Amino acid sequence: MSLSKIKFDKKIVLSFWIILIALIIAAPTLLPVFRLNLLGRYLSLSIVALGVDLIWGYTGLLSLGQGIFFALGGYCAAMYLQITSSSEFPNNIPEFFALYGVEKLPFFWEPFRSPVFTFFAIWIIPAFVAGLIGFLVFRNRIKGVYFSILTQASLLVFFNFFNGQQKLINGTNGLKTDVTQLFGQMVGSESMQRVFFWITAIIVIAAWFFAKWVVKGRFGNILIGIRDDEPRVRFTGYNPVIFKTIIFSIAGGLAGISGALYTVQSGIVSPQFMTVPFSIEMVIWVAVGGRGTLLGAILGAVFINYAKSLVSEALPASWMFIQGGLFILVVTALPEGVLGWIQGDGPRNLLQRFGLKRKIETYPSLEINNKEGNNE
Amino acid sequence: MNNKDLLNLINITVSFEGFLALNKLNLNLKKGELRAVIGPNGAGKTTFLDVITGKVKPTKGEVIFKGKSLVGRKEHKIARLGVGRKFQSPRIFENLTVKENLEISVTTPKSPLNLINKTIRDEQLNEIERLMKIVNLAQKVDSKAGSLSHGQKQWLEIAMLVGQKPDLMLVDEPVAGLTDEETDLTADLLKSLSGENTVVVIDHDMEFIRRLDSNVSVLNQGTVLCEGTMETIQKDKKVIDVYLGRPED
Repeated sequence: MSLSKIKFDKKIVLSFWIILIALIIAAPTLLPVFRLNLLGRYLSLSIVALGVDLIWGYTGLLSLGQGIFFALGGYCAAMYLQITSSSEFPNNIPEFFALYGVEKLPFFWEPFRSPVFTFFAIWIIPAFVAGLIGFLVFRNRIKGVYFSILTQASLLVFFNFFNGQQKLINGTNGLKTDVTQLFGQMVGSESMQRVFFWITAIIVIAAWFFAKWVVKGRFGNILIGIRDDEPRVRFTGYNPVIFKTIIFSIAGGLAGISGALYTVQSGIVSPQFMTVPFSIEMVIWVAVGGRGTLLGAILGAVFINYAKSLVSEALPASWMFIQGGLFILVVTALPEGVLGWIQGDGPRNLLQRFGLKRKIETYPSLEINNKEGNNE
Repeated sequence: MNNKDLLNLINITVSFEGFLALNKLNLNLKKGELRAVIGPNGAGKTTFLDVITGKVKPTKGEVIFKGKSLVGRKEHKIARLGVGRKFQSPRIFENLTVKENLEISVTTPKSPLNLINKTIRDEQLNEIERLMKIVNLAQKVDSKAGSLSHGQKQWLEIAMLVGQKPDLMLVDEPVAGLTDEETDLTADLLKSLSGENTVVVIDHDMEFIRRLDSNVSVLNQGTVLCEGTMETIQKDKKVIDVYLGRPED
């Protein structure tokens, strides 16, 4: 039924990719710097949305704590940038330390002097933290709404910790990256931002292919099996704990990459990345775009955020109402999300309603489809 | 205990907050045996399966399968040891196709590393084809399992059970909601599976049990009331009292 299973003409696929790549290359000349930067940020958010789709859309784990891993990735990137740009400050450590009278670099900053370490830390640290939290939760068979509450509680724990540690990571002020240097260039500069845009676009495509590869075949089928009937998976001889831990860890890693790319393009990482509403928004992007479609997660993240900035410019303070309304509309009218609706029977049903297309002559509703599940 | 026994349940007691779902239940299964288990509602039939498959831990007693104790083992470990289970209402993965459902069941080893490898081994593909022929689903390979009819779902689940290659198959009400013809075919299928496999069938349907032509254990109030062939059972006074009902009534 899904769009991905329809065989597209190779020429159409090829021309789609050529246009997409041409747009990505040309975007910096087509868009003003401000808009380009926004687009780059929203593209980076689509990577965390892909992770949410993997764990929620495919595996049925509704995490309200993806902000943790997003922020961890952001902090890793920001720590590296701060430390490499700190040579002119007292004690050769980032400037903010002087405000709190710290003279020696905290030990955990040391490895971030290495660009190689940072490159791996950005995704391995969030993936590891996610794997650890996930394993402990899944092993104890905590699921459903309890899992959601637990992830949100973890988010608050992380938020409070990062918010309170001025002497370690500048607390509530966060770490600025736009005035730091990378390869002798200012990170906030126009040329750097252009490069970050391209890097982001490439990574989004790579992350999309990676996510598609993960959910393809038997591994992805087990994830769907866990979502639909976990005890059945267990009685077939699979250990759902391992599969859930792996996919939660992958989503954490994607969130970390997303957070790092977002940080360098927004110019700062702060505990605000770990607020409750932001993590819930990530879920909304996926719900609106279409759960279990992957592409829907990307489109949802980009379009909702773009709409958010356009609406906020025109009608400040009204965005929250629109976003809330959008969420309610999707949950009630399009439970599969926009892309899920398009890929399913949505458009045909709509055309039928207006008499533009003939009804199909079968009666699928008569099929016995009892889903009692009372034996669990 | 006998060496030929595949499964021994020894003095199993399961207490749910004081209520005894199973009460000192003893049951032995020989290798290759087909055994029917019947009993009135609330006799503990499903709990009996839950204990073997690890879903419920017995309060007292011991479950010995192939010489190993199953008590305290996790469900997936017990499944890997060779205990397969078919549920009362068909439990298949409705959002996956028939073929994908069977892939999940025949795949070994059941580790993430093996699954992330996208190619499935040839012998497993052949096994899937063989299973689809046995249960008459070869035409439906790429249909979503959710779109199958009730009977087809029951059969798909039986095929998934066989695909796991378990030494012990536990089949819970396989003919609930099936037509008479489907019921007969299912009985023949289960009979053909025994011998090579050990099969336990739980059901209410007396016609179906009679057709299985096997030894019958009657459960009542969490314990085995009586064991024997269908003829012996039907003549047993205790069984008549609790289950079959007096013909005069």
